[in-house]
Amino acid sequence: MTERQVIDARGSFCPGPLMELIGWIKMAQIGDEMELLSTDKGSVADVPEWIKKVGHEYLGAREEAGVWHIAVKKMK
Amino acid sequence: MKILIIGGGMGGTILANNLARRLTPELKSGKVKITMLTASEKHMYQPGLLYLAFGRVTPDELYKDQASLLEPGIALFVDPAEEFLLDENRVKSKSGKVFDYDVLVIATGSRPVPELIPGLAEHGQSFYTEETAVKMFRALQAFQGGRVVIAMGVPHKCPMAPLEITFMLHDYFKDRGIRDKVQLHYTYPIGRVHSLENVAKWAAPEFDRLGITVETLFNLKEVDGNAKVIRSEEGTESPFDLLVSIPAHRGMEVLEKNKLGAGGWIPTNRHQLNMEGRKNVFAIGDTTNIPISKAGSTAHFEAEALGENIAAMFKLGAPVRDYDGKVFCFIEAGKDRATYAMFDYLNPPDPRPPTKAVHWFKTAYNKLYWISARGLL
Repeated sequence: MTERQVIDARGSFCPGPLMELIGWIKMAQIGDEMELLSTDKGSVADVPEWIKKVGHEYLGAREEAGVWHIAVKKMK
Repeated sequence: MKILIIGGGMGGTILANNLARRLTPELKSGKVKITMLTASEKHMYQPGLLYLAFGRVTPDELYKDQASLLEPGIALFVDPAEEFLLDENRVKSKSGKVFDYDVLVIATGSRPVPELIPGLAEHGQSFYTEETAVKMFRALQAFQGGRVVIAMGVPHKCPMAPLEITFMLHDYFKDRGIRDKVQLHYTYPIGRVHSLENVAKWAAPEFDRLGITVETLFNLKEVDGNAKVIRSEEGTESPFDLLVSIPAHRGMEVLEKNKLGAGGWIPTNRHQLNMEGRKNVFAIGDTTNIPISKAGSTAHFEAEALGENIAAMFKLGAPVRDYDGKVFCFIEAGKDRATYAMFDYLNPPDPRPPTKAVHWFKTAYNKLYWISARGLL
């Protein structure tokens, strides 16, 4: 399995988990996978919405002890 | 104890002064040494650039001599760091001097990098440096009407700036009597008008009331100066007559060259502020990778927490507190009203409606900042 970059955005209000992901995904290489950690329930909807619109790949999400782990792959 | 601080911006300066006050007898006796390396002999009050773009301050009002802001006993070198030899506890400066340390604090800030967006430097206005803010001032003066688009890259310092510049543009054109000839169009990278949910809830109806159109999920990708169109990562585009942009930022290049963090963002513990994997290297301000606002107040409160900890490390052998994520940001909502957002790692902000009183507080703070930089406020 590809090693995933973990972006720990737990407890982040500003700029918030999705903005953190957007910033880090810009610096990643095509094909890189990333796992965003978020304590904001909204991320479960926000992240796939943006990922889909931009054209990256959404790999899924799981919740563990109040933290959402949301995996994505940079496609372009 | 030799304390070496890299960076003479808000965080580094407040930290140096905080430490000097906590360790005055030790500085005098030579038991503690505080050294600062910085790239410029001048200290800029960066939030003032927002006002410079509208001609409400002049460039000279934004600067003070760095040396004049520092407590006696702090050794200042206008000689930026070039090489970080962390395993040897030393830093080499551009002039070739070598500085040993017991504690290193990296506070080198962040920089706008318009080159990351093709066409942006040539065809967009911005206000994140003195040069671009003055250029924007002239462009605004010459603008007689048309479509003004606000767009940005991620990350950027001062997360409130997109809202502030938009509200101030509205009032600017209104005061010139040409607001009816100007379409203001605000774009934002995520699915609401601001990263802070409560701030977005307040700002969106304000934009509506002021006739400012909005397009969310717009991450600036390129600027076509010939067609006068901006294009997004999301595949959309928006025409403009005047583009006001906030470029994406990066940390300082020297940090990437020294492999301290991708993009110049240092992996930093969000509570103790130490560089991950290092007990005697710390980072504060914009240069950390902490998922927190890249804002002056963040640097300020981090500096206070770290100052207390470094002094305690010397006097008691251990740090004594965590940084709790505190941030306090004013939000200018036009030319004469403002509100603020205050939050920490556990408590989201809940901004009140803007008032003239808060705007005057901000105006006063624009001058009082120099007392903050001295570590007194």
